[in-house]
Amino acid sequence: MNFLLATIRRELLLAFRNRSEIINPLAFFVIVIALFPLAVSPEASVLANIAPGILWVAALLATLLSLESLFKQDFEDGSLEQIMVSPQSLLLLSIGKVISHWLISGFLLALLSPLLGIMLFLPPIAIGALVSSLLLGTPTLSLIGAIGAGLTVGLRKGGMLISLLVLPLYMPVLIFGAGTVQAGVMGLPIGGYLAILGAMLVLSLMLAPFAIAAALRLSIRG
Amino acid sequence: MLSVLNLACERDNRMLFNQLNFSLAVGEILQIEGQNGSGKTSLLRILCGLATSFEGEIHWQDLNVQDKLSTYLASILYVGHHPGIKSSLTAEENLRWMQQLHPHLNKGSISEALQKVGLYGYEDVPCYALSAGQQRRVGLARLYLSNHPLWILDEPFTALDKRGVMEKEQLIVEHATQGGCVILTTHHDFELPDQRLRKINLDQ
Amino acid sequence: MKITMPRWFYQLASPKWCYDILGMLSPWLGLAALILLSVGVVWGLVFAPPDYQQGNSYRIIYIHVPSAILAQSCFMLMAVAGAIGMIWKMKVAHIVAKSAAPIGASMTIIALSTGAIWGKPTWGAWWVWDARLTSMLILFFLYIGIIALYSAFENKASGDQAAAILSLVGIVNIPIIKYSVEWWNTLHQPASFTLTKKPAMPPEMWLPLLVMVLGYYCFFAFVLIGRTRIELLEREQKSGWVSAIINEAR
Repeated sequence: MNFLLATIRRELLLAFRNRSEIINPLAFFVIVIALFPLAVSPEASVLANIAPGILWVAALLATLLSLESLFKQDFEDGSLEQIMVSPQSLLLLSIGKVISHWLISGFLLALLSPLLGIMLFLPPIAIGALVSSLLLGTPTLSLIGAIGAGLTVGLRKGGMLISLLVLPLYMPVLIFGAGTVQAGVMGLPIGGYLAILGAMLVLSLMLAPFAIAAALRLSIRG
Repeated sequence: MLSVLNLACERDNRMLFNQLNFSLAVGEILQIEGQNGSGKTSLLRILCGLATSFEGEIHWQDLNVQDKLSTYLASILYVGHHPGIKSSLTAEENLRWMQQLHPHLNKGSISEALQKVGLYGYEDVPCYALSAGQQRRVGLARLYLSNHPLWILDEPFTALDKRGVMEKEQLIVEHATQGGCVILTTHHDFELPDQRLRKINLDQ
Repeated sequence: MKITMPRWFYQLASPKWCYDILGMLSPWLGLAALILLSVGVVWGLVFAPPDYQQGNSYRIIYIHVPSAILAQSCFMLMAVAGAIGMIWKMKVAHIVAKSAAPIGASMTIIALSTGAIWGKPTWGAWWVWDARLTSMLILFFLYIGIIALYSAFENKASGDQAAAILSLVGIVNIPIIKYSVEWWNTLHQPASFTLTKKPAMPPEMWLPLLVMVLGYYCFFAFVLIGRTRIELLEREQKSGWVSAIINEAR
């Protein structure tokens, strides 16, 4: 437990020292959102229609892009090796890394999302659905994505590969995440959607850390 | 303390070493020699459990390492080519993390260790602002803080100045005299006063 | 954790033993595949009665359905083989998983393209985001990821393990993906006509389908054995038994 907290503290400190790591995914999120009015149409009726999907796809891509560097530095500077040769568990490290990754990516994306929702003319009643679906959905994205990051960290060209591995696994979260917002737009109850997103989170929280730790172990052994 | 039986390692269809047997008693320093590509680093990685593709057995205090990996890992300190130092953290923060990795085997305080390696006054400077030699000294400070019975060091003398080399040499010998063991790879010639030093050449 | 398994299970771990046994099985499976597929194709495409709604165009199910079933079974096989390979450190299991991946991917391609061809007369469009087709498309993406992962690793043992982890993660996800896609589909296209979900098909229609499915399984096993044996030879090229085979062939 101490080690878990120490990992989170260290990761947050590192992120705070390299602030671009925090800002880049957020900037990416905003820029991708800004592409749609330019590419599709700036009309409120059109944008409001596709806003739930755009917001979720952009959040998903921002999370995905930030994942590539999740273990890269630790792998290259030998930090992962040092954890492997220490009596500390790689499982706790994986959980700690994912929690801190979520805090600096998904969590901040969710906080930023109302602003972008307004820019896309998302009806105000759906803002709550947007924030809550991102808060419950993005941790699952971080957990699943960390498996891909762990598998590819030892490869020279891992970036594109992570997307290939992880995107198909993201689809259920995307479906229910965007579905939540859509239901919010229509004024339908969103409790059921959030329950499903929560169930996916619990399931991935139980299983993904083992896969991440196994992936890291095999990447370090090379 | 450590004994290695019939160790063999193959990499990319090439036999790196075969039928390797040696044992290390308390207070001994083992220097592994060999040309580049002879498998020195691979051997060290096998010895600290980082590589698992080998044949043969490694025993630590008469127990097979693979059965008791966690107890074994709790007694070794490994410093490889990449020592795991984060450049955006300060020397003190780096050392504190390393202590957290091995919570039961610390001795002395971080500030004392930094003073010993000549980094006093640099505690709050992030490592990227230190020179390459100073960064190596952060790694050296780590040895001052370690109470691990077995040290496994890969090329510990590179990028250190004369004084640094001397200090590290001294530290290694001191560790051995205090009942520890050291395994290291280096091209550097050790001047040792007694018969603690043993050598293995992987080319033969 | 040590689980004791019967003796034959451990014999599977011996590449030479596997190579020989698979070599003995291979011609029989090939023959069975040939017979079943010929019977099934002729029966399904010529003798089975036309559908009262779709006429003759439904006959593509004799290709489409078996390939869709195989695509899923193949992923299951890869996950199980990967798990065996990880738990018992069995190289042969990893080789089977690796050999199965491209076959499974081809099956998804066949299922997708026959689905598209069938879609044209049925829905009037080459592609419809039907639940089953969409799930199959995602399955195809999963296969692509696994194949890409195999080829990204220079060290084959690491690639095997990485792919095994990914296929285990995938097999946990596949039911979730299917469920989500089905739910998504009902949301956007309520009460649409779905492929393959036919109420009460008469025996004259599903019997040839059953023959085709069995034929596909035999064909799959036949191709898988061939690929596995080649991969075994390649990986074991330095061992004595492979040299013996090569010398014999000379």
